[in-house]
Amino acid sequence: MNFRWQGKRITGLLAVVPENESSFLQEMEHFNFPKARSLKLKEVMGYDKHRLVQAGVCVSDLAVFALQHLFSDGKLDPQDIDALIVVTQSPDHLMPPTSSIIQGRLELSQDVFCLDINQGCAGFVIGLMQAFFMLEQPSIAKVVLINGDVLSRRTSPKDRNSYPLIGDAASVVIVERTSEASVIHANLKMDGTRNAALIIPAGGMRLPSSADTAALEDLGDNNFRAKDHLKMDGSAVFNFVQVEVPPMIERLLSTAGVAADSVDWFFFHQPNRFMLQKLADKMQIPHAKLPSNIVENFGNSSGVTIPMAIAFNLGARLLNERFSVCLAGFGVGLTWGSMLLSLGNLSFCELLDYPNRQEQSIA
Amino acid sequence: MLEPKLQKIADLLQGIRPEFDFSNGANFIATGMLDSFDMITLVDTLDKTYGISIDGEDIVPEHFGGLSAIAALLGRYGVRP
Repeated sequence: MNFRWQGKRITGLLAVVPENESSFLQEMEHFNFPKARSLKLKEVMGYDKHRLVQAGVCVSDLAVFALQHLFSDGKLDPQDIDALIVVTQSPDHLMPPTSSIIQGRLELSQDVFCLDINQGCAGFVIGLMQAFFMLEQPSIAKVVLINGDVLSRRTSPKDRNSYPLIGDAASVVIVERTSEASVIHANLKMDGTRNAALIIPAGGMRLPSSADTAALEDLGDNNFRAKDHLKMDGSAVFNFVQVEVPPMIERLLSTAGVAADSVDWFFFHQPNRFMLQKLADKMQIPHAKLPSNIVENFGNSSGVTIPMAIAFNLGARLLNERFSVCLAGFGVGLTWGSMLLSLGNLSFCELLDYPNRQEQSIA
Repeated sequence: MLEPKLQKIADLLQGIRPEFDFSNGANFIATGMLDSFDMITLVDTLDKTYGISIDGEDIVPEHFGGLSAIAALLGRYGVRP
């Protein structure tokens, strides 16, 4: 499905990562693989450092910290917020919505429209789409889009297929109406028949968590994982991305009537460096225009990797400059979506550390 | 004794999984000699060795089951090992 909007723009972007950092070299001893094989993977996939929350830290903790930072710096007035969207696969609780928890902790107005969306790696594109839909309403002028995940808490430390790439993070993006005429193009596809490719089998109503689902199982490939943990069919996901993403971008640019070489930056979801470089090669996009440096520095934080890549690679440049940007998210669902927009002249664009001392959840 | 072009591929595989003999005709995927991460490591090695970029869509098990299959894949990229 294709989408088109006008008169909407991102006005501020903040990503927050736990100060707590773990290194692949230290973790290698947990994996039942020869050191040489793991080191080769480090080189190819970009495994190095990743940021992980400490025990008890939830998405609402990261988000509240980030929003309080913006409030205290005068970059966001809490009274101006009309809607709060939280996109996460690791909510504080099954109920209530994490957006409601954040609203309550920050004592925001009862008129704020709070909405949770269960989405992952395509969650930034989907969250922006939802923000644009909301802004069609005259009563909504400013939307706060929060992407956040703490999936390290649901990933087996003995699963070399998943644990080294996982990162925890949140982002706060402000979306508003504008008088600017620039058009935003987007598209989205979903294929629920492949939903098992990325799944946490236990913990919902289908298979409630129990002592059995918490037990580590030998998966037969030297990895150990419980049903409570994230399960990723790496081959299926890799193939899905390589098959579906290039034509999606081609369709997007074609619909917008824009040539690929006139796009300044391609900010794609970052599962690992190898996958992104293969996509860039196939689409003949210079690697420098499609950054792939988030996994090696912070880990894969699902829907947060796109805003984090923007903050990490462009940062303060976005305060005074403007770029043509192509976004693409792809993953759980399976879901794949992309968006072409003009990004710049932001009121803030930062990357912030969530300090270890604030590790206790308040919710 | 393998043909030289297949021996070159077997040598590259040996560098990735030194514990296996890749000249014995077994299906590397079915027997577990190569897992999905080994396939990625091999593609990275082939890309760098031959100055090519194997298409992501080609990174599927059927192209890595044996020396002849890998040689055929390389042939599609104009490589004669």
